[in-house]
Amino acid sequence: MRPTLPAMITHRPLSGKARLDDAGARGFARLAPPIPLFALQPLLGHIVTTIAGRHPELIARLGDNCRKRFLIDPHNLPFFLLLQPDPDRPRLKAYGRARDIEHDVHISGTFLTLLRMIDGQSDSDALFFNRDLTITGDTEAVVALRNALDNMDVTLADDVAACFGPLSRPVRAVIDLTFKFASPKP
Amino acid sequence: MTQLFKPELVCPAGTPAGLRTAVDAGADAVYCGFQGPTNARNFPGLNFTVAEMAGAVSYAHDHGAKVLAAINSFPTAGRTELWKEAIDEAVSIGVDAVIVADIGMTQYLSKAHPGQRIHLSVQAGASSPEAINFYCRRFDIKRVVLPRILTVAEIKQVHDEIGCEIEAFVFGNIGMMAEGRCALTNYVTGQSTNMDGVCSPASHVHYEEDEDRNLKTRLGEFAIDCIACGEHAGYPTICKGRYNVSHKQEYYAFEEPVSLNLTRLLPDLMRAGVTALKIEGRQRSRAYVKAVVSAFRQAVDAYSEGGEPDISNLLALTEGSRETQGAFRSKTWR
Repeated sequence: MRPTLPAMITHRPLSGKARLDDAGARGFARLAPPIPLFALQPLLGHIVTTIAGRHPELIARLGDNCRKRFLIDPHNLPFFLLLQPDPDRPRLKAYGRARDIEHDVHISGTFLTLLRMIDGQSDSDALFFNRDLTITGDTEAVVALRNALDNMDVTLADDVAACFGPLSRPVRAVIDLTFKFASPKP
Repeated sequence: MTQLFKPELVCPAGTPAGLRTAVDAGADAVYCGFQGPTNARNFPGLNFTVAEMAGAVSYAHDHGAKVLAAINSFPTAGRTELWKEAIDEAVSIGVDAVIVADIGMTQYLSKAHPGQRIHLSVQAGASSPEAINFYCRRFDIKRVVLPRILTVAEIKQVHDEIGCEIEAFVFGNIGMMAEGRCALTNYVTGQSTNMDGVCSPASHVHYEEDEDRNLKTRLGEFAIDCIACGEHAGYPTICKGRYNVSHKQEYYAFEEPVSLNLTRLLPDLMRAGVTALKIEGRQRSRAYVKAVVSAFRQAVDAYSEGGEPDISNLLALTEGSRETQGAFRSKTWR
Protein backbone atom coordinates (compact mmCIF):
# COMPACT_ATOMS: atom_id res chain seq x y z
CA MET A 1 0.00 0.00 0.00
CA ARG A 2 1.29 3.43 -0.90
CA PRO A 3 1.98 5.44 2.25
CA THR A 4 0.54 8.92 2.55
CA LEU A 5 1.91 12.05 4.06
CA PRO A 6 0.57 12.82 7.54
CA ALA A 7 -2.62 14.83 7.94
CA MET A 8 -2.23 18.54 7.38
CA ILE A 9 -2.50 21.25 9.96
CA THR A 10 -5.70 23.19 10.48
CA HIS A 11 -6.29 26.90 9.93
CA ARG A 12 -5.16 29.30 12.58
CA PRO A 13 -6.89 32.52 13.73
CA LEU A 14 -6.49 35.62 11.59
CA SER A 15 -3.91 38.21 12.46
CA GLY A 16 -5.70 41.48 13.21
CA LYS A 17 -3.45 43.71 11.16
CA ALA A 18 -3.73 41.67 8.03
CA ARG A 19 -7.49 41.48 8.41
CA LEU A 20 -7.79 45.28 8.78
CA ASP A 21 -5.46 46.02 5.84
CA ASP A 22 -7.35 43.73 3.57
CA ALA A 23 -10.75 44.83 4.76
CA GLY A 24 -9.71 48.43 4.17
CA ALA A 25 -8.64 47.74 0.62
CA ARG A 26 -11.77 45.80 -0.23
CA GLY A 27 -13.94 48.38 1.53
CA PHE A 28 -12.47 51.14 -0.59
CA ALA A 29 -13.22 49.11 -3.69
CA ARG A 30 -16.85 48.77 -2.62
CA LEU A 31 -17.29 52.42 -1.70
CA ALA A 32 -15.44 53.96 -4.64
CA PRO A 33 -17.68 55.71 -7.18
CA PRO A 34 -18.56 53.54 -10.18
CA ILE A 35 -16.22 53.85 -13.14
CA PRO A 36 -17.82 53.80 -16.58
CA LEU A 37 -16.03 50.66 -17.71
CA PHE A 38 -17.19 51.00 -21.30
CA ALA A 39 -14.97 54.09 -21.52
CA LEU A 40 -11.94 52.04 -20.39
CA GLN A 41 -12.35 49.15 -22.83
CA PRO A 42 -10.95 50.80 -26.02
CA LEU A 43 -7.88 51.98 -24.10
CA LEU A 44 -7.30 48.53 -22.57
CA GLY A 45 -7.71 46.91 -25.99
CA HIS A 46 -5.20 49.35 -27.48
CA ILE A 47 -2.71 48.65 -24.66
CA VAL A 48 -2.81 44.85 -24.99
CA THR A 49 -2.69 44.92 -28.80
CA THR A 50 0.27 47.29 -28.75
CA ILE A 51 2.18 45.22 -26.19
CA ALA A 52 1.52 41.92 -28.00
CA GLY A 53 2.72 43.48 -31.27
CA ARG A 54 5.85 44.98 -29.73
CA HIS A 55 6.92 41.94 -27.75
CA PRO A 56 6.55 38.69 -29.70
CA GLU A 57 9.22 37.21 -27.39
CA LEU A 58 6.83 37.63 -24.48
CA ILE A 59 4.19 35.55 -26.25
CA ALA A 60 6.82 32.97 -27.27
CA ARG A 61 7.89 32.47 -23.65
CA LEU A 62 4.29 31.90 -22.63
CA GLY A 63 4.02 28.93 -24.98
CA ASP A 64 0.58 27.30 -24.79
CA ASN A 65 -0.18 29.41 -21.74
CA CYS A 66 -0.90 32.36 -24.04
CA ARG A 67 -4.43 30.88 -24.44
CA LYS A 68 -5.10 31.09 -20.69
CA ARG A 69 -7.35 33.68 -19.04
CA PHE A 70 -5.62 35.72 -16.31
CA LEU A 71 -7.97 37.50 -13.91
CA ILE A 72 -6.09 40.43 -12.39
CA ASP A 73 -7.69 41.60 -9.17
CA PRO A 74 -6.45 44.92 -7.74
CA HIS A 75 -8.10 44.76 -4.29
CA ASN A 76 -8.55 48.46 -3.93
CA LEU A 77 -10.05 49.21 -7.34
CA PRO A 78 -13.71 48.65 -8.15
CA PHE A 79 -13.06 46.37 -11.12
CA PHE A 80 -11.18 43.27 -12.32
CA LEU A 81 -9.07 43.03 -15.46
CA LEU A 82 -9.20 39.91 -17.60
CA LEU A 83 -6.09 39.34 -19.73
CA GLN A 84 -5.92 36.83 -22.58
CA PRO A 85 -2.49 37.20 -24.25
CA ASP A 86 -3.50 35.11 -27.27
CA PRO A 87 -1.31 36.42 -30.16
CA ASP A 88 -4.17 35.91 -32.61
CA ARG A 89 -6.56 37.97 -30.54
CA PRO A 90 -5.02 39.58 -27.47
CA ARG A 91 -7.63 40.86 -25.06
CA LEU A 92 -7.66 42.97 -21.91
CA LYS A 93 -11.06 43.89 -20.52
CA ALA A 94 -12.38 45.44 -17.34
CA TYR A 95 -15.32 43.88 -15.49
CA GLY A 96 -17.33 45.12 -12.54
CA ARG A 97 -16.83 43.22 -9.30
CA ALA A 98 -20.45 42.09 -9.21
CA ARG A 99 -19.85 39.80 -12.16
CA ASP A 100 -18.60 36.24 -11.98
CA ILE A 101 -15.78 36.02 -14.53
CA GLU A 102 -14.55 32.70 -15.90
CA HIS A 103 -10.78 32.49 -15.63
CA ASP A 104 -7.82 30.09 -15.38
CA VAL A 105 -5.64 32.16 -13.05
CA HIS A 106 -6.51 34.67 -10.32
CA ILE A 107 -3.79 37.17 -9.40
CA SER A 108 -4.63 39.56 -6.58
CA GLY A 109 -2.91 42.29 -4.61
CA THR A 110 -3.27 46.00 -4.12
CA PHE A 111 -3.11 48.10 -7.29
CA LEU A 112 0.27 49.47 -6.24
CA THR A 113 1.65 45.99 -5.55
CA LEU A 114 0.59 44.79 -8.99
CA LEU A 115 1.89 47.95 -10.66
CA ARG A 116 5.27 47.59 -8.93
CA MET A 117 5.47 44.00 -10.07
CA ILE A 118 4.79 44.71 -13.75
CA ASP A 119 7.16 47.67 -13.56
CA GLY A 120 9.96 45.31 -12.48
CA GLN A 121 10.41 47.09 -9.14
CA SER A 122 9.32 44.23 -6.91
CA ASP A 123 10.26 40.58 -6.77
CA SER A 124 7.07 38.57 -7.16
CA ASP A 125 8.39 35.67 -5.06
CA ALA A 126 9.08 38.07 -2.20
CA LEU A 127 5.59 39.56 -2.61
CA PHE A 128 4.18 36.04 -2.43
CA PHE A 129 6.31 35.11 0.61
CA ASN A 130 5.09 38.28 2.34
CA ARG A 131 1.45 37.52 1.38
CA ASP A 132 1.17 40.80 -0.55
CA LEU A 133 0.37 38.81 -3.68
CA THR A 134 -2.07 35.92 -3.95
CA ILE A 135 -2.20 33.40 -6.78
CA THR A 136 -4.87 30.77 -7.31
CA GLY A 137 -5.76 28.63 -10.31
CA ASP A 138 -3.33 27.45 -12.98
CA THR A 139 0.06 27.93 -11.31
CA GLU A 140 2.01 26.89 -14.41
CA ALA A 141 0.36 29.64 -16.46
CA VAL A 142 1.12 32.33 -13.90
CA VAL A 143 4.76 31.19 -13.51
CA ALA A 144 5.15 31.36 -17.29
CA LEU A 145 3.60 34.84 -17.36
CA ARG A 146 5.86 36.04 -14.56
CA ASN A 147 8.98 34.74 -16.28
CA ALA A 148 7.93 36.12 -19.67
CA LEU A 149 7.30 39.57 -18.20
CA ASP A 150 10.58 39.43 -16.33
CA ASN A 151 12.50 38.97 -19.58
CA MET A 152 11.38 42.36 -20.87
CA ASP A 153 14.04 45.06 -20.78
CA VAL A 154 11.33 47.70 -20.90
CA THR A 155 8.54 47.24 -18.43
CA LEU A 156 4.85 46.90 -19.13
CA ALA A 157 4.37 50.19 -17.32
CA ASP A 158 6.62 51.83 -19.95
CA ASP A 159 4.54 50.25 -22.70
CA VAL A 160 1.29 51.32 -21.10
CA ALA A 161 2.61 54.87 -20.88
CA ALA A 162 3.71 54.69 -24.53
CA CYS A 163 0.14 53.87 -25.56
CA PHE A 164 -0.85 57.39 -24.59
CA GLY A 165 1.14 58.84 -27.51
CA PRO A 166 2.07 62.46 -26.88
CA LEU A 167 0.95 62.06 -23.28
CA SER A 168 3.27 59.12 -22.64
CA ARG A 169 5.80 61.12 -20.64
CA PRO A 170 3.23 62.71 -18.32
CA VAL A 171 1.61 59.30 -17.81
CA ARG A 172 4.97 57.73 -16.94
CA ALA A 173 5.63 60.66 -14.61
CA VAL A 174 2.30 60.01 -12.87
CA ILE A 175 3.24 56.34 -12.44
CA ASP A 176 6.61 57.32 -10.98
CA LEU A 177 4.99 59.87 -8.66
CA THR A 178 2.53 57.18 -7.54
CA PHE A 179 5.45 54.95 -6.57
CA LYS A 180 7.26 57.81 -4.86
CA PHE A 181 4.39 58.95 -2.67
CA ALA A 182 3.04 55.47 -1.96
CA SER A 183 6.40 54.03 -0.88
CA PRO A 184 6.74 53.40 2.84
CA LYS A 185 8.88 56.00 4.57
CA PRO A 186 12.11 54.67 6.08
CA MET B 1 40.69 44.26 9.36
CA THR B 2 43.29 42.94 6.94
CA GLN B 3 42.71 42.71 3.21
CA LEU B 4 41.38 39.39 1.91
CA PHE B 5 41.54 37.59 -1.43
CA LYS B 6 38.54 38.77 -3.47
CA PRO B 7 36.49 35.78 -4.65
CA GLU B 8 34.46 35.61 -7.85
CA LEU B 9 30.79 36.50 -7.44
CA VAL B 10 28.68 33.93 -9.32
CA CYS B 11 25.12 35.06 -9.91
CA PRO B 12 21.91 33.51 -11.28
CA ALA B 13 20.01 34.34 -14.45
CA GLY B 14 16.77 32.72 -15.62
CA THR B 15 16.32 34.91 -18.68
CA PRO B 16 18.52 37.02 -21.00
CA ALA B 17 17.23 40.18 -19.31
CA GLY B 18 18.10 38.63 -15.96
CA LEU B 19 21.64 37.97 -17.16
CA ARG B 20 22.09 41.56 -18.27
CA THR B 21 20.76 42.71 -14.90
CA ALA B 22 23.23 40.48 -13.05
CA VAL B 23 26.18 41.67 -15.15
CA ASP B 24 25.19 45.31 -14.74
CA ALA B 25 24.83 44.82 -10.97
CA GLY B 26 28.41 43.58 -10.67
CA ALA B 27 28.44 39.82 -11.25
CA ASP B 28 31.84 38.37 -12.11
CA ALA B 29 30.14 35.32 -13.61
CA VAL B 30 26.55 34.38 -14.39
CA TYR B 31 25.18 30.83 -14.49
CA CYS B 32 22.21 29.92 -16.67
CA GLY B 33 20.70 27.00 -18.56
CA PHE B 34 18.97 26.04 -21.78
CA GLN B 35 15.22 25.57 -22.00
CA GLY B 36 14.19 21.97 -21.27
CA PRO B 37 15.19 19.28 -18.79
CA THR B 38 18.98 19.59 -19.10
CA ASN B 39 19.28 21.87 -16.09
CA ALA B 40 17.86 21.91 -12.60
CA ARG B 41 15.55 24.92 -13.05
CA ASN B 42 13.24 23.66 -15.81
CA PHE B 43 10.30 26.00 -15.16
CA PRO B 44 7.75 27.38 -17.66
CA GLY B 45 8.87 30.59 -19.35
CA LEU B 46 12.38 30.30 -17.90
CA ASN B 47 15.82 29.69 -19.41
CA PHE B 48 17.59 30.35 -22.71
CA THR B 49 17.32 29.28 -26.33
CA VAL B 50 20.66 28.58 -28.03
CA ALA B 51 20.50 31.97 -29.77
CA GLU B 52 19.71 33.71 -26.48
CA MET B 53 22.63 31.96 -24.78
CA ALA B 54 24.96 33.11 -27.57
CA GLY B 55 23.75 36.68 -27.13
CA ALA B 56 24.20 36.36 -23.38
CA VAL B 57 27.82 35.24 -23.80
CA SER B 58 28.52 38.23 -26.07
CA TYR B 59 26.95 40.65 -23.60
CA ALA B 60 28.78 39.19 -20.62
CA HIS B 61 32.16 39.09 -22.35
CA ASP B 62 31.74 42.66 -23.59
CA HIS B 63 31.28 43.68 -19.96
CA GLY B 64 34.11 41.58 -18.52
CA ALA B 65 31.91 38.84 -17.04
CA LYS B 66 31.85 35.07 -17.58
CA VAL B 67 28.97 32.76 -18.46
CA LEU B 68 28.70 29.32 -16.86
CA ALA B 69 26.25 26.94 -18.58
CA ALA B 70 24.38 24.72 -16.15
CA ILE B 71 23.74 21.32 -17.75
CA ASN B 72 23.42 19.73 -14.38
CA SER B 73 20.50 17.31 -14.41
CA PHE B 74 20.78 13.57 -14.88
CA PRO B 75 19.74 11.94 -18.19
CA THR B 76 17.95 8.65 -17.89
CA ALA B 77 18.80 5.75 -20.17
CA GLY B 78 18.05 6.51 -23.78
CA ARG B 79 17.88 10.27 -23.26
CA THR B 80 21.57 11.17 -23.24
CA GLU B 81 21.57 12.74 -26.73
CA LEU B 82 19.67 15.80 -25.51
CA TRP B 83 22.29 16.42 -22.80
CA LYS B 84 25.17 15.84 -25.23
CA GLU B 85 23.65 18.29 -27.71
CA ALA B 86 23.30 20.87 -24.95
CA ILE B 87 26.97 20.41 -24.00
CA ASP B 88 28.04 20.71 -27.66
CA GLU B 89 25.95 23.87 -28.13
CA ALA B 90 27.30 25.45 -24.96
CA VAL B 91 30.89 24.76 -25.96
CA SER B 92 30.37 26.05 -29.52
CA ILE B 93 28.83 29.25 -28.18
CA GLY B 94 31.95 29.89 -26.11
CA VAL B 95 30.72 29.66 -22.55
CA ASP B 96 33.48 29.99 -19.99
CA ALA B 97 32.61 26.78 -18.17
CA VAL B 98 30.05 23.99 -18.27
CA ILE B 99 28.52 22.91 -14.98
CA VAL B 100 27.75 19.18 -14.96
CA ALA B 101 26.60 16.65 -12.38
CA ASP B 102 26.06 13.34 -14.18
CA ILE B 103 29.24 11.27 -14.30
CA GLY B 104 28.50 10.08 -17.83
CA MET B 105 28.03 13.63 -19.12
CA THR B 106 31.19 14.70 -17.28
CA GLN B 107 33.03 11.93 -19.12
CA TYR B 108 31.48 13.01 -22.45
CA LEU B 109 32.39 16.66 -21.89
CA SER B 110 35.99 15.88 -20.97
CA LYS B 111 36.50 13.56 -23.96
CA ALA B 112 34.51 15.41 -26.65
CA HIS B 113 35.75 18.86 -25.67
CA PRO B 114 39.20 18.58 -24.08
CA GLY B 115 40.29 21.94 -22.77
CA GLN B 116 36.76 23.11 -21.98
CA ARG B 117 36.61 24.23 -18.39
CA ILE B 118 34.43 21.89 -16.30
CA HIS B 119 32.71 22.76 -13.04
CA LEU B 120 31.20 19.97 -10.95
CA SER B 121 27.64 20.89 -9.96
CA VAL B 122 26.35 20.80 -6.41
CA GLN B 123 23.92 18.22 -7.80
CA ALA B 124 26.82 15.75 -8.01
CA GLY B 125 26.87 15.75 -4.21
CA ALA B 126 30.67 15.53 -4.01
CA SER B 127 31.60 16.65 -0.51
CA SER B 128 34.70 14.66 0.46
CA PRO B 129 38.28 15.18 -0.76
CA GLU B 130 38.24 11.60 -2.05
CA ALA B 131 35.16 12.16 -4.21
CA ILE B 132 36.30 15.54 -5.49
CA ASN B 133 39.81 14.35 -6.28
CA PHE B 134 38.36 11.45 -8.26
CA TYR B 135 36.64 13.97 -10.55
CA CYS B 136 39.83 16.03 -10.72
CA ARG B 137 41.96 13.05 -11.75
CA ARG B 138 39.52 11.44 -14.16
CA PHE B 139 37.89 14.47 -15.77
CA ASP B 140 40.20 17.38 -14.94
CA ILE B 141 37.44 19.41 -13.33
CA LYS B 142 38.57 22.91 -12.38
CA ARG B 143 35.97 23.73 -9.74
CA VAL B 144 33.55 21.95 -7.40
CA VAL B 145 30.34 23.54 -6.15
CA LEU B 146 30.16 22.21 -2.61
CA PRO B 147 26.95 20.78 -1.13
CA ARG B 148 25.49 22.91 1.63
CA ILE B 149 26.32 20.41 4.36
CA LEU B 150 29.78 21.54 5.41
CA THR B 151 30.87 23.98 8.09
CA VAL B 152 33.34 26.68 7.14
CA ALA B 153 36.02 24.78 9.04
CA GLU B 154 35.27 21.64 7.00
CA ILE B 155 35.39 23.68 3.78
CA LYS B 156 38.90 24.80 4.78
CA GLN B 157 39.89 21.15 5.33
CA VAL B 158 38.49 20.14 1.94
CA HIS B 159 40.24 23.08 0.29
CA ASP B 160 43.59 21.96 1.67
CA GLU B 161 43.16 18.44 0.29
CA ILE B 162 41.75 18.89 -3.21
CA GLY B 163 43.18 19.84 -6.58
CA CYS B 164 40.54 22.30 -7.77
CA GLU B 165 38.76 25.52 -6.87
CA ILE B 166 35.81 25.67 -4.48
CA GLU B 167 32.51 27.45 -5.17
CA ALA B 168 30.24 27.86 -2.15
CA PHE B 169 26.61 28.99 -1.91
CA VAL B 170 26.17 32.18 0.10
CA PHE B 171 22.54 33.22 -0.43
CA GLY B 172 19.15 31.86 -1.44
CA ASN B 173 16.98 28.81 -1.22
CA ILE B 174 18.20 25.77 0.63
CA GLY B 175 16.35 22.50 0.47
CA MET B 176 17.06 19.04 1.70
CA MET B 177 20.69 18.49 2.57
CA ALA B 178 21.00 15.64 0.04
CA GLU B 179 22.00 17.51 -3.08
CA GLY B 180 21.18 15.61 -6.25
CA ARG B 181 19.49 12.80 -4.39
CA CYS B 182 16.10 14.21 -3.40
CA ALA B 183 13.19 12.12 -4.71
CA LEU B 184 10.30 13.81 -2.88
CA THR B 185 8.94 15.60 -5.97
CA ASN B 186 9.30 12.42 -8.02
CA TYR B 187 7.32 10.46 -5.44
CA VAL B 188 4.41 12.92 -5.46
CA THR B 189 4.27 14.13 -9.07
CA GLY B 190 6.07 11.53 -11.16
CA GLN B 191 8.46 14.25 -12.37
CA SER B 192 12.00 14.29 -11.08
CA THR B 193 14.02 17.20 -9.73
CA ASN B 194 17.19 15.46 -10.83
CA MET B 195 16.14 13.94 -14.16
CA ASP B 196 13.48 16.40 -15.40
CA GLY B 197 15.08 19.43 -13.80
CA VAL B 198 12.05 20.53 -11.88
CA CYS B 199 11.40 20.57 -8.15
CA SER B 200 7.67 20.95 -7.45
CA PRO B 201 6.55 21.42 -11.07
CA ALA B 202 4.20 24.40 -11.33
CA SER B 203 1.66 22.26 -13.18
CA HIS B 204 1.17 20.27 -9.98
CA VAL B 205 1.10 23.21 -7.54
CA HIS B 206 -2.28 24.53 -6.41
CA TYR B 207 -3.04 27.35 -4.01
CA GLU B 208 -6.41 27.79 -2.32
CA GLU B 209 -7.15 30.89 -0.27
CA ASP B 210 -10.29 31.05 1.84
CA GLU B 211 -12.32 34.12 2.77
CA ASP B 212 -10.19 34.66 5.86
CA ARG B 213 -7.00 34.71 3.74
CA ASN B 214 -5.71 31.38 5.03
CA LEU B 215 -3.71 29.84 2.20
CA LYS B 216 -3.58 26.11 1.56
CA THR B 217 -0.76 24.81 -0.63
CA ARG B 218 -1.10 21.51 -2.49
CA LEU B 219 1.39 19.58 -4.56
CA GLY B 220 -0.46 17.02 -6.63
CA GLU B 221 -2.92 15.28 -4.33
CA PHE B 222 -1.12 16.25 -1.11
CA ALA B 223 -1.74 19.31 1.05
CA ILE B 224 1.74 20.38 2.15
CA ASP B 225 1.02 23.50 4.17
CA CYS B 226 -1.72 25.76 5.40
CA ILE B 227 -0.55 29.29 6.02
CA ALA B 228 -2.65 31.49 8.26
CA CYS B 229 -3.52 35.04 7.30
CA GLY B 230 -0.59 37.28 8.15
CA GLU B 231 1.86 34.37 8.21
CA HIS B 232 4.74 34.39 5.74
CA ALA B 233 4.72 31.81 2.95
CA GLY B 234 7.50 29.69 1.47
CA TYR B 235 8.15 27.72 -1.69
CA PRO B 236 5.56 25.01 -2.43
CA THR B 237 7.99 22.15 -1.94
CA ILE B 238 7.42 19.05 0.14
CA CYS B 239 10.59 19.68 2.09
CA LYS B 240 9.23 23.06 3.26
CA GLY B 241 5.79 21.75 4.23
CA ARG B 242 4.28 21.34 7.71
CA TYR B 243 2.92 18.03 8.88
CA ASN B 244 1.41 16.37 11.90
CA VAL B 245 3.95 13.75 12.91
CA SER B 246 4.01 11.40 15.88
CA HIS B 247 5.90 13.70 18.24
CA LYS B 248 4.77 17.11 17.04
CA GLN B 249 1.86 18.88 15.34
CA GLU B 250 2.20 21.42 12.50
CA TYR B 251 5.86 20.53 12.23
CA TYR B 252 8.39 21.38 9.56
CA ALA B 253 9.40 17.74 9.41
CA PHE B 254 12.09 18.18 6.74
CA GLU B 255 13.25 21.79 6.49
CA GLU B 256 11.92 25.23 7.34
CA PRO B 257 11.04 27.93 4.79
CA VAL B 258 14.14 29.99 5.29
CA SER B 259 16.88 31.36 3.06
CA LEU B 260 20.61 30.92 3.35
CA ASN B 261 22.38 34.21 4.03
CA LEU B 262 26.13 34.03 4.68
CA THR B 263 27.00 37.70 4.46
CA ARG B 264 28.36 37.62 8.01
CA LEU B 265 30.48 34.58 7.20
CA LEU B 266 31.99 35.98 3.99
CA PRO B 267 35.36 36.85 5.58
CA ASP B 268 35.61 33.32 7.02
CA LEU B 269 34.80 31.76 3.64
CA MET B 270 37.36 33.99 1.95
CA ARG B 271 39.99 32.95 4.49
CA ALA B 272 39.01 29.29 4.00
CA GLY B 273 40.14 29.52 0.39
CA VAL B 274 36.78 29.67 -1.38
CA THR B 275 37.35 30.88 -4.96
CA ALA B 276 33.77 31.69 -5.90
CA LEU B 277 30.64 32.73 -3.99
CA LYS B 278 27.35 31.55 -5.47
CA ILE B 279 23.96 33.22 -5.21
CA GLU B 280 20.99 30.90 -5.73
CA GLY B 281 17.86 32.03 -7.60
CA ARG B 282 17.61 31.46 -11.35
CA GLN B 283 13.86 31.22 -10.82
CA ARG B 284 13.72 34.65 -9.16
CA SER B 285 12.97 37.99 -10.81
CA ARG B 286 15.30 40.69 -12.11
CA ALA B 287 14.34 42.80 -9.09
CA TYR B 288 15.74 40.06 -6.82
CA VAL B 289 18.87 39.61 -8.95
CA LYS B 290 19.57 43.33 -8.96
CA ALA B 291 19.08 43.72 -5.22
CA VAL B 292 21.02 40.64 -4.12
CA VAL B 293 23.89 40.94 -6.59
CA SER B 294 24.36 44.64 -5.79
CA ALA B 295 24.38 43.93 -2.06
CA PHE B 296 26.91 41.10 -2.37
CA ARG B 297 29.08 43.12 -4.77
CA GLN B 298 29.36 45.82 -2.13
CA ALA B 299 29.89 43.31 0.65
CA VAL B 300 32.63 41.35 -1.12
CA ASP B 301 34.42 44.51 -2.21
CA ALA B 302 34.24 45.98 1.28
CA TYR B 303 35.46 42.85 3.05
CA SER B 304 38.29 42.31 0.58
CA GLU B 305 39.47 45.87 1.22
CA GLY B 306 39.31 45.43 4.98
CA GLY B 307 36.01 47.26 5.49
CA GLU B 308 32.66 46.43 7.11
CA PRO B 309 29.73 46.52 4.66
CA ASP B 310 26.09 47.26 5.41
CA ILE B 311 24.42 43.89 4.98
CA SER B 312 21.05 44.62 6.53
CA ASN B 313 18.85 44.97 3.46
CA LEU B 314 18.46 41.41 2.19
CA LEU B 315 15.89 40.04 4.62
CA ALA B 316 12.87 41.19 2.58
CA LEU B 317 13.97 38.94 -0.29
CA THR B 318 14.37 35.79 1.79
CA GLU B 319 11.94 32.89 1.82
CA GLY B 320 9.50 33.24 4.68
CA SER B 321 11.31 36.50 5.50
CA ARG B 322 13.75 34.41 7.54
CA GLU B 323 17.42 33.68 7.09
CA THR B 324 19.89 31.12 8.34
CA GLN B 325 23.57 30.32 8.14
CA GLY B 326 22.59 26.67 7.86
CA ALA B 327 25.29 24.06 8.22
CA PHE B 328 28.02 26.58 7.41
CA ARG B 329 28.00 27.82 11.02
CA SER B 330 27.03 24.62 12.79
CA LYS B 331 25.76 21.13 12.07
CA THR B 332 23.06 21.73 14.68
CA TRP B 333 21.30 24.63 12.98
CA ARG B 334 17.89 23.04 13.42
